[in-house]
Amino acid sequence: MKTRHKRLAIAAGVVLVIAAAAALILNAFQSNLVFFFSPSQIESKEAPVNRTFRLGGLVVAGSVKRTGVAVDFMVTDTAKSVPVHFEGILPDLFKEGKGVVAQGKLQDGVFVAKEVLAKHDENYMPPEAAEALKNAAKSNEKTAASIVMSK
Amino acid sequence: MIPEIGHFSLWLALGVAFALGVVPMWAAARGRADWMAMARPLSYVLFALVSFASACLMASFIRSDFSVLYVASNSNTHLPLQYQIAGFWGGHEGSLLLWVQMLVIWMVAVSLFSRHLPREVLSRILAVMGLVSVGFLLFMLLTSNPFDRLFPVPADGRDLNPLLQDPGMVFHPPTLYMGYVGFCVAFAFAIAALIGGNLDATWARWTRPWTTVAWMFLTVGIAMGSAWAYYELGWGGWWFWDPVENASLMPWLLGTALIHSLAVTEKRGSFKNWTVLLAILAFSFSLLGTFLVRSGVLSSVHAFATDPRRGLFILAFLTIVIGSSFTLFAWRAPTVGLGARFALFSKETALLANNVLFMVAAAVVLLGTLYPLLLDALGMGKISVGPPYFDSVFLPLMIPTIFLMGVGPMARWKASSVPDLASRLKWALGATVVCAVVSGWLQGAIHLLATVGLLMAFWIFSSVATDLWERVRPEGKGFTEIRRKALLIPRALVGMMVAHIGVAMFCLGVTMVKTYEVESDVKMAVGDSTTVRGYSFAFKGVKDIQGPNYDATRATIEISRDGSKITELSPEKRIYRVQQNPMTEAAIAPGITRDLYVSMGEEVEGGAWIVRVYVKPFIDWIWGGCLVMAFGGLLAVTDRRYRRKTGVAV
Repeated sequence: MKTRHKRLAIAAGVVLVIAAAAALILNAFQSNLVFFFSPSQIESKEAPVNRTFRLGGLVVAGSVKRTGVAVDFMVTDTAKSVPVHFEGILPDLFKEGKGVVAQGKLQDGVFVAKEVLAKHDENYMPPEAAEALKNAAKSNEKTAASIVMSK
Repeated sequence: MIPEIGHFSLWLALGVAFALGVVPMWAAARGRADWMAMARPLSYVLFALVSFASACLMASFIRSDFSVLYVASNSNTHLPLQYQIAGFWGGHEGSLLLWVQMLVIWMVAVSLFSRHLPREVLSRILAVMGLVSVGFLLFMLLTSNPFDRLFPVPADGRDLNPLLQDPGMVFHPPTLYMGYVGFCVAFAFAIAALIGGNLDATWARWTRPWTTVAWMFLTVGIAMGSAWAYYELGWGGWWFWDPVENASLMPWLLGTALIHSLAVTEKRGSFKNWTVLLAILAFSFSLLGTFLVRSGVLSSVHAFATDPRRGLFILAFLTIVIGSSFTLFAWRAPTVGLGARFALFSKETALLANNVLFMVAAAVVLLGTLYPLLLDALGMGKISVGPPYFDSVFLPLMIPTIFLMGVGPMARWKASSVPDLASRLKWALGATVVCAVVSGWLQGAIHLLATVGLLMAFWIFSSVATDLWERVRPEGKGFTEIRRKALLIPRALVGMMVAHIGVAMFCLGVTMVKTYEVESDVKMAVGDSTTVRGYSFAFKGVKDIQGPNYDATRATIEISRDGSKITELSPEKRIYRVQQNPMTEAAIAPGITRDLYVSMGEEVEGGAWIVRVYVKPFIDWIWGGCLVMAFGGLLAVTDRRYRRKTGVAV
């Protein structure tokens, strides 16, 4: 085999690997990107139905109810709240009034979480939750509505 | 006084690092032997100053000097001593100091073990490492000084994050950093060779042991982190594709590619440009990892809340290092030359394919890690890229990689014939298929994905066995000849085989856990029991206990199988007194073929608890495999040819 052909073959092999990887990535991206929505966005029907996404905000104080392995609670961005249903063990730092991020699907107005994310520092606010609060605060200012803290 | 002295010695270290970065580099360019002679003494002084600063910080921790802000935020008088010491790297400032400390340790090691290197080369290598430490010392002194004072002095510290109060914290960060930073040596060798224009097989032989040692540390460090997450986070996962994990995986992937590419450069003189590029990339990814972890751009269990100046500084530093080394590469690489030729089917091609696959894998991880940051920065919404993305892209890339892992070592340099390879490997292939199907059947069910994983694992086992057999096959005299031939195999080669066996063990562990693990969350009152995969878990009750700095509720869970008791596990729910944070301590009964894992959720009505019960088949093989890989590396670096010619003894 001539050197030129050989190089061509090797180059073709490299391109093939990269193309295959690109195809895999695009395919995986299409089905596995998880978008983030805040309770206000869910309220205004911006969130998808039957697709996994992330929800962030604060756990409403006094809203956590356990029934066996299942747990129900409300997540708020101070403007709107969404009910969340989860089955399993909550992370250690899950606390009423603290920030939380949950991943799951919206079913009949209830966010059914597959995962509730743990953060390892009590003073650390998950960026998604912080973002939700910030946006809600902005829209609250705009509409000059008073912030109703659920208590 | 101690913190001030430590702070001052960091400033001195900065000055020395600057001198080390400039003087020997200039002297090497001018051929001034007198000034080049300064490189080694300067590196010793730099090492002494940084170590002294570290000792000062350590002393402040041990003395519980809460007038130092960093100590006050990461320690407490009731914290056990080993965690006071580990508090050193419990936060941002201290882990930066640890970074620099590791860098100067590597620097001194290079000084000590590379006396045989030509003066110019050694001067340039130490100068490059000096310049890197200038960057990090500046970063530390300008934005994150660990010796900042706090006034008024608090009566007690805020305590080390409870999650970090674990033996894992004592060993994982230093080991990981040792590996991370170790790629700086390969980087410095590469830059020195590019400047000096002496990029050849000798250069590759000098670089190889250093790269392998760094890679070993990184392998063990990542494995430790993974094992720690497994038993500490309380939900039994061993890898989360967390951005910070990815930040350490990317240099590992590139380091692995580099090790293989260096082999070709040393043996055949080929791939020189490619190898240099990989050396630069591996270290660049270490820096990128540092940026990702330390800048606060990520949301992860490892992220510290930080101020944006830090991110900006380290981004600028990253740009300078990567930008200037690539410019140098583009300028000098064309002069390097191509090296020996090889045929389309040869060991060289197999190793080239390995390199391409590892680089693509690193790129895939990079994309998945940075894409959310990019979208966020452009204001296009917040997204996250989860494990499914990485799983579905990574696995297909690893299939050809592992196939080649069987073929590559058997192929010949320069040219190899495909029919010959096929006939030598036919028994291995047969054994692979049989073993994969049988072990799937033994586990009770044959899954497609599991079969793929098992095929990969057994393919490595059987091809390594074939390779070994070919090398020791006796021609008549039987056992004594096998022994004689086995002893003739170079240790570096044995190291490779051992490392590959480690990969096989890893594959086996991952496949078994992914496919056959059973998890169940159950509500249990005293006297209740639940059965998972034939193991019966009985909840015997809880009692309150007191630890040195926490109060805990400890449950007793008795595990039995077919009516006979196997063991008793005691998972805990702890409340750490200072920060009042709850912490789950899982209890694990480890075993070669399975781990039994129990952790406590929360207490519910009537004294019952939510309990998480896992049966994890073969999970310890994952970390065992990593240790075996690292041990293979150890065998390779202690090969006779390095001992004699480069004097690296590890």
